[in-house]
Amino acid sequence: MPIDTSAWSRRRILQTSAALGAGLAIPHVFVRNAWSQDKVFCNSPTGSNVVLGFNVPQSGPYADEGADELRAFKLAVQHLNGEGDGGLLKTLKPSSLKGNGILGKKVTFVTGDTQTKSDAARASAKRMIEADKVVMISGGSSSGVAVAVQSLCQDMGVIFMTGLTHSNDTTGKDKRRYGFRHFFNAYMSGVALGPVLAEQYGKDRKAYHLTADYTWGWTQEESMKNATEKEGWKTVQTVRTPLGAGDFSQYLTPVLNSGADVLILNHYGGDMVNSLRQAVNQFDMKNKTVNGKQFEIVVPLISELMAEGAGDAIKGILGTANWDWKLDNEATKTLAKSFGEAYGRPPSQAAQTCYAQTLLYANAVEMAGTFYPPEVIKALEGFEFDGLGNGPTLYRAADHQCFKDVLVVRGKEKPANQFDLLEVVKIVPRETVTYDPSIFGGELGPSEVKGCAA
Amino acid sequence: MDAIILQILNGLDKGGAYALIALGLTLIFGTLGVVNFAHGALFMLGAFCAVTFERVLTLSERVRDPSVTFFEAYKEVPYLTIWYGDAGQAIVDWAVPLSIILAIPVMLIVGLAMERGLIRFFYKRSHAEQILVTFGLAIVLQEIVKYFFGANPIPLTAPSALTGSVDLGHWLGLTGISYPLWRIVYFLFSLVVIAAVFAFLQLTTFGMVVRAGMADRETVGLLGINISRKFTIVFGIAAVVAGLAGVMYTPILAPNYHLGMDFLVLSFVVVVVGGMGSLGGAVLAGFLLGILQSFASMTEVKAIVPGIDQIIIYLVAVVVLLVRPRGLLGRKGVMEA
Repeated sequence: MPIDTSAWSRRRILQTSAALGAGLAIPHVFVRNAWSQDKVFCNSPTGSNVVLGFNVPQSGPYADEGADELRAFKLAVQHLNGEGDGGLLKTLKPSSLKGNGILGKKVTFVTGDTQTKSDAARASAKRMIEADKVVMISGGSSSGVAVAVQSLCQDMGVIFMTGLTHSNDTTGKDKRRYGFRHFFNAYMSGVALGPVLAEQYGKDRKAYHLTADYTWGWTQEESMKNATEKEGWKTVQTVRTPLGAGDFSQYLTPVLNSGADVLILNHYGGDMVNSLRQAVNQFDMKNKTVNGKQFEIVVPLISELMAEGAGDAIKGILGTANWDWKLDNEATKTLAKSFGEAYGRPPSQAAQTCYAQTLLYANAVEMAGTFYPPEVIKALEGFEFDGLGNGPTLYRAADHQCFKDVLVVRGKEKPANQFDLLEVVKIVPRETVTYDPSIFGGELGPSEVKGCAA
Repeated sequence: MDAIILQILNGLDKGGAYALIALGLTLIFGTLGVVNFAHGALFMLGAFCAVTFERVLTLSERVRDPSVTFFEAYKEVPYLTIWYGDAGQAIVDWAVPLSIILAIPVMLIVGLAMERGLIRFFYKRSHAEQILVTFGLAIVLQEIVKYFFGANPIPLTAPSALTGSVDLGHWLGLTGISYPLWRIVYFLFSLVVIAAVFAFLQLTTFGMVVRAGMADRETVGLLGINISRKFTIVFGIAAVVAGLAGVMYTPILAPNYHLGMDFLVLSFVVVVVGGMGSLGGAVLAGFLLGILQSFASMTEVKAIVPGIDQIIIYLVAVVVLLVRPRGLLGRKGVMEA
């Protein structure tokens, strides 16, 4: 009988335990994934590709923003797939992104035209979900569109990363568990802009509002009214104008004789370009004196694209912005360079928010290790990050609103070049614009929904 | 008081556009008996004549912009500026009024081609069929423009000498009445065009024959006059009038492919209110409805009847048709046979 062949040698003990350990560990690494893959959810990606849906206005008053959003989405997809210079994949912190698609699947996309109309946007989103099998939808200039698509996405169980939407309602009374907003909102604009207006134009001012007649306009008007009245201003008149009115003369005509010495234009996109050009170029309002004071025009939400459209009319006009390509941080410079090289122009704030949203979604999926929406939602809720251009940012769990610094900007009097249209007057810190989520009401709703898979 | 004067002024420039389109519509209806739903599209084509002319004048060279440092950027410098300096810049500045030169022949040709190529085949058909074919034509024209110019509005500017506003109150002895200069130019321009059309019809032999033809087509034909050729030219003139209205409107409202439809419906209401077949009625109703629409947008009015600015025109049309079924200046026997 050989001496103790059955006995465990030290080597065998080591081998066995290593194998056992590895055997136990491997399923554990995949277990969450494996478990989630069994879950049936809307448009679970099965092949080697994953499809994202970019639903942007390609016509209508916000079409310029839509075109720039689309440029940003395409760039983000390239970077996620490891093409190009990688963009903000290098700067996002913390990041689980690897530059090999999302969870190893190559990212592809489909696009749709919202026409800046809620019903068209909904139809387009529905088509993307049902026919193109998208696992996430992003985009939408116009809060009317965002609110409509967001509620559809909640019903269908598809995550919606909003593009440019600034209404308080998007993450307020109409917030949804499946909707996430990176862009800032009208309330933050008011809080940021109010003190600057009082400082620049004095506390004894009378304001006249022209307001785009839909959810964004209403909340913007309310936020601006509250913020300026807090500074001692009076509101003379608030007038609603139909979206896409084109000719605003009948609304501008009474302004100068109303006793108001400030005109607040709660317009955006093509509407704002039209109303501002008509107010400045045709009615010559900036050169008028009312109540012994220089007449002023304020555009609470300004973008570079609108500044481009408005031409000289934007000079000296104060407003707020979510982001500006001239900000002095590494991520902003990286994005401006990457976007500039690809398209020959710097990214607008609409482009930046859409780029950021695409990366944030991809990163959340990597963090969750699955496309299963409830897990992705958990990863996004309360996510604190930096390196997308806005400084430290929080995706607040309570209302899915991002909190970050807000910019007060002004139309530049002497632009150094064709893209140098706005200057940053003040960076209002995140703490100042943070508010209690309960002030706007609304319910996020469930994360487990039957969705389109049911 | 000043608010009222301002809203009247505001109604006058809009009314000018309505009147010019309605004038052409009435001319065509009175002479050829065709209800031309493509007339709004002619207004839109006029506006795009201005866009095209401006584009031609601003054909540009791409020049590297050295002030952008973080990537290679280019800016567009118009050839006219490169070649002629300030004089070239001035021509570009006056692009909109200058494009009238282009618009007159282009619109005349478009009008003649439309009449000869399509509409003359529908003279003997019912009004319903005429409406269908002209409406279809309007959609085709729209889509062609959309294909070449895109769906977005294209802003054009008035010459810098005519931008800004003038203090009308100063002349009238009232304070606080200042109004955009270009809109006043537009109103005066529409008056000139309307006067020219009336002078043409009243003072020339051609006009006399056309008026006779409008009154009694058969008798004029029996007198040995080729009335249908004359009517073709009238169609061309109506197209030019609509086109010019469109050209000059571009600095007021950035044109897009849909511009025609927005004006067409209103212009039809204008024609109906003014009285089918009455040229004077069309002009009168054009200005009247422009002013009424402007008043309806006043906050004081909207506070009493919310949303009135959107429906006032149709409301007035209903009332006028109830009280005067032939419209304000309508004659007996038009479209009643």
